[in-house]
Amino acid sequence: MLSKIVRTVANQLVLFILIFGLYVIAHGHLTPGGGFQGGAVVVSGVVMLLVAFSSQDLKKSVRERVLSIMESTGALIFAILGFAGLGTVFFYNFLVGSPIFGRIPPTGPNSGDFWTGGFIPLMNFAVGLKVIAGLSAVVLAIALFARGEEMEE
Amino acid sequence: MDFLVTNAPILIVALPLVAAFAIPLISLSRGGDRGRNVFSLAILGLIVFLVAILARDVHAVGIRVYTFGATAAELAIPHGYTVPVRIIFEVDGMSIFMGLVITIVALASLIYSLHFMKGQTGQARFYSLMFLLYAGMMGLAFTGDMFNLFVFLEIASIAGAALAAYRTNRADAVEGGFKYIVISAISALLVLFAIGILYAQYNVLSIAAIAHFMQHTTLDMIALGLLAIALVMKLAGVPLHMWAPDTYTVAPAGTTPMILAASYTSMYALYRVTFTLYGGLINTTTIGWIVIIVGVLSMFIGVMMAVHQTDIKRMMAYHAISQGGYMLLGVGVGLAVITNPAALANYGRDAMNGGIFHIINHVFYKALLFMTAEAIFFRIGTRDTNKMGGLARNMKWTAAFYVIGALAISGIPPFNGFASKLLIYETVLKFSPVLSVIAMFVSLVTLASFTKVFYAAFTGPELPAYKKVKEVPKSMIIGMSILAAFIIFFGIFPGLIVNTIVAPATNALIDQAGYINAVMGAVP
Repeated sequence: MLSKIVRTVANQLVLFILIFGLYVIAHGHLTPGGGFQGGAVVVSGVVMLLVAFSSQDLKKSVRERVLSIMESTGALIFAILGFAGLGTVFFYNFLVGSPIFGRIPPTGPNSGDFWTGGFIPLMNFAVGLKVIAGLSAVVLAIALFARGEEMEE
Repeated sequence: MDFLVTNAPILIVALPLVAAFAIPLISLSRGGDRGRNVFSLAILGLIVFLVAILARDVHAVGIRVYTFGATAAELAIPHGYTVPVRIIFEVDGMSIFMGLVITIVALASLIYSLHFMKGQTGQARFYSLMFLLYAGMMGLAFTGDMFNLFVFLEIASIAGAALAAYRTNRADAVEGGFKYIVISAISALLVLFAIGILYAQYNVLSIAAIAHFMQHTTLDMIALGLLAIALVMKLAGVPLHMWAPDTYTVAPAGTTPMILAASYTSMYALYRVTFTLYGGLINTTTIGWIVIIVGVLSMFIGVMMAVHQTDIKRMMAYHAISQGGYMLLGVGVGLAVITNPAALANYGRDAMNGGIFHIINHVFYKALLFMTAEAIFFRIGTRDTNKMGGLARNMKWTAAFYVIGALAISGIPPFNGFASKLLIYETVLKFSPVLSVIAMFVSLVTLASFTKVFYAAFTGPELPAYKKVKEVPKSMIIGMSILAAFIIFFGIFPGLIVNTIVAPATNALIDQAGYINAVMGAVP
């Protein structure tokens, strides 16, 4: 555990990191980034907490069970979105033209319309969820193993 | 029904993926263990059905192309394009042949594991990884583009390594898993580098499209070398076999057959690369001879290393390397004479039939043997043959299955090993008598080594320590008997099997133009 100054600053900063991570996930279909990158940004916040506090403290608030459910759910949402297009072909972008992310962007350089991309932004969210849960579990497990402990079974 | 047949290629890969991620959730709920087992069996049952109808369709109609995200599954090339841009699955006779091999082994392994894993920790992860490994292998067999070949190779490798290291409380298991992941990572890097070379030159990733535009430049030859090294490493061909004994030995029984099947899926990838991607190569004779030499080396060195092993699974693992050599030998002979129509019709095609038939035979009997070895381990807790003895008294089924497997691997009629080995001996004799003699000699040594272990483990006086040893639980017997039934069936009706599933696979490998046209033929 580091000094009180570090802990307080980390506590405040983690919110901004979270927001930036979600921004990268949400704009994955417009700007560089996406589910994996945004998820990794969020997990960098978890790593910061891990440094500022101790791994035991974090273990109390981040439970393996929750991470496991989050990870599986993310993967399942991704797969279900693929299956949803099965009326035509697997991975068919069935949301194009619908009110949710359904707009078709103009050709050529443009400022970028958030409500485009069909199910790709949704898939980014699903991947983001999976990456946040999976990478958090990985860094937490490594931190705990380094101290000779294990995550709960 | 039409819907199912059309979408079968993707469902066969996507359903196991869904199952892999649903299993942890189901296991967390109340009564999760039972629910998970039922769910796993139901999903795999559905997949077996899908593979069966897809196999019927591919054999009746021909290559089936599945394009992701297109407006129609067959539309490989979008309107206004001249090359395929989407992800494509392309299922031909060879792909569906591998699909059948993997699916039957997966079914037997899953049923075997139900009792085998009972009471162990981390079962949710075990089944989850089993389905991931299955999805990776099926994807590798079905994929129609190079990049997904890499992706599915990685999925299968990571799942396989995690499964090999499943018994984390044993140091040798961690070592086996670690070796597998290192080997897989190196081969995946080589494959990725090769794909980069091909993509930089032809700007396409579809196997059919690359084969269509293939110029056989020096860079292409470098890519071929990288792919060949990577895939030979993954299929445990001598001299890149050092990981196989460690990994096969330590993996839990239900998964050893799956990891074995993963090795032969890499062999499928090697055939796909040499026959389809580089099919029109002027100098196939050289490539064929390289495959033959790797095969003969694997055969000979594998069996020589196996003879003196005292760990029963390690012995079988070395035999797996040796038997892999037979497949490479058979197909290598076919590849060496592929440009010579007379020789191809005379013996080349039959040699390939033998080599490919040996894949399915070997995976079945070696899976059975691994399962019997692990059944012994399950009951007496050791794999050392010096510590075994008289086990046939109490483990009659296991002993019987071991005998079936041992006779099949040694090529004794009426078991399936005889059928494919005879095909290989006869055809290779016409190509080069020396190779045939080596193949027969290796078979003899195989028989000797399995007989030795049989006497050590199953016969002899009853050891006091094993007086109370019981037969293994029912689900393990069912798992083994599925494979034993296939072994005997294939041994009695080899002609039927060769005509229905093996010959289409051989034809699919030889018919490079057909594979290309299934995708590129749609060019307007």
